[in-house]
Amino acid sequence: MASLTASRALAPIGTAGKLFAFALDVGAGLFRRPFQLREFLQQAWFIASVTIIPTALVAIPFGAVIALQVGGLIKQFGAQSFTGSASVLAVVQQAAPIGTALLIAGAGGSAIAADLGARKIREELDAMMVLGIDPIQRLVVPRVLACMLVAFFLNGMVSVVGVAGGYVFNVVLQDGTPGAYLASFTALAQLPDIWIGLIKALVFGLIAAIVASFKGMNAGGGPKGVGDAVNESVVITFLLLFVANFVLSMIYLQVVPPKTG
Amino acid sequence: MGVEIKIDGLTKSFGKQLIWGDVTLTVPAGEICVMLGPSGTGKSVLLKTLIGLIKPDRGSVVIEGTDIASCSEKDLYEIRKLFGVLFQDGAMFGSMNLYDNVAFPLREHTRKSESEIRSIVMEKMDLVGLIGAETKLPGEISGGMRKRAGLARALVLDPEIVLFDEPDSGLDPVRTSFLNQLIVDLNAQIDATFVIVTHDINSCRTVPDNIGLLYHKHLAMFGPREMLLSSEEPVVRQFLNAQRVGPIGMSEEKDADELAAEADQELPPLPPIPLQLEPSNGIPRRAQRPPGEWCRLNGVTPPPGSFQSANAGLAPGA
Repeated sequence: MASLTASRALAPIGTAGKLFAFALDVGAGLFRRPFQLREFLQQAWFIASVTIIPTALVAIPFGAVIALQVGGLIKQFGAQSFTGSASVLAVVQQAAPIGTALLIAGAGGSAIAADLGARKIREELDAMMVLGIDPIQRLVVPRVLACMLVAFFLNGMVSVVGVAGGYVFNVVLQDGTPGAYLASFTALAQLPDIWIGLIKALVFGLIAAIVASFKGMNAGGGPKGVGDAVNESVVITFLLLFVANFVLSMIYLQVVPPKTG
Repeated sequence: MGVEIKIDGLTKSFGKQLIWGDVTLTVPAGEICVMLGPSGTGKSVLLKTLIGLIKPDRGSVVIEGTDIASCSEKDLYEIRKLFGVLFQDGAMFGSMNLYDNVAFPLREHTRKSESEIRSIVMEKMDLVGLIGAETKLPGEISGGMRKRAGLARALVLDPEIVLFDEPDSGLDPVRTSFLNQLIVDLNAQIDATFVIVTHDINSCRTVPDNIGLLYHKHLAMFGPREMLLSSEEPVVRQFLNAQRVGPIGMSEEKDADELAAEADQELPPLPPIPLQLEPSNGIPRRAQRPPGEWCRLNGVTPPPGSFQSANAGLAPGA
């Protein structure tokens, strides 16, 4: 009985360990030839096609909310001339990677988990292994790389759309001046802010694709199992992404000193 | 040529539930074996263990000197190229049409040109009677067609060992007997080792050279077809003749009360042993023995009327 409770309590740790082992397998598969270029391009195109429009639509209000919030706050301090800079910092460092992460996990990751889960329960993955082909190398590695690539580009797009949205709201609704908004960009923001945003996007794409593939390939118990796998993959990815975002932000703020105007 | 499969002391449990323990048998090279057993006795698990999809808790599966149960992932992928496997529902790749499905192993593992691939794929499609359906997607065809397409894909790399997971489930009786004939013809043609998992006793009585019976978490009996068909062993006898009287109940095994109640019931006499299915393509099978040879050699008197017709003792209509 005691061992049963113990095994139940330790089950999540076991799952975490399996996920980590799976990530290592993917890492090893990365260097195995032949590289599945065709699958990679197809997946990149597919993930991009399911995420671009939702991401753009999410980015506009995201940028606007930040502009309104930061703009309002900064007005109270009487530092309106720094509105542009503050909203660029917030969008590029935080909003863009997080927005990208939500869409990559919600749209891209769920599609990957559903696809691999369906293949798993139809025994397609077993059939592939029996045909002497490693599904991790054949299916998962291209998906992980595609997800990272798309996350990287989406991050750039969210940054641009978010900053543009912030500009429109600041200028139109908050009576900011276009010149001040643009001119203050470089006052607080600096180049490493973009690097950390892009690094975050890559890491988020990696995590989302690995969790989704892991959950999909371990789906079980028929169609309901696939549904559960998709659900779990999205929830777990969100949790991991926010933790990863916190850790990366902490490290960044420690390592790169903030620019003083 | 076909390859021998040596299984020794194989044990597998899921959690605390033992699936089967201490399964030891040798599948002779080039012969057709059928693994039988009541539903839920882990026949499919055994099949998946043979190809390394499931790791056993103990024991070994040795093929050409490599132990599937303990070898490295790399060796496993290498040894799997010897196998062709027909999964229960065909396991076709849903995103590809039938032609690409069958061509898939060739494209992945060989450097053949597209025209060579085409001729091989068409040959296998012809073998399973699917010419004209190459461009269909697996979702657009019936279960029987998917199964035949799965067989074509399993055969495309000229395997040394072919595994069938319930080839007859979901097929009508006519298609089942065509498939049985196809299995025998294929064995004559490519000389590979065949392992079939099924619970269709009609196929089991006429197709294989050897029969194994899994029951109550162990291998109850494994041996030549005539040995099992003439066996008086209660479990074997009950299962191979689809009777209610015997140790197998509706749930895994009968309880003591039920067994005691039927203790004085007379077991029906063993039905005659049918002739083994002959290849229809005129190629003799290496593993085929003359009818009644095993019984003669081992001094067993076969049930009266044995070896006289191809459908003796079969369920009516089959």
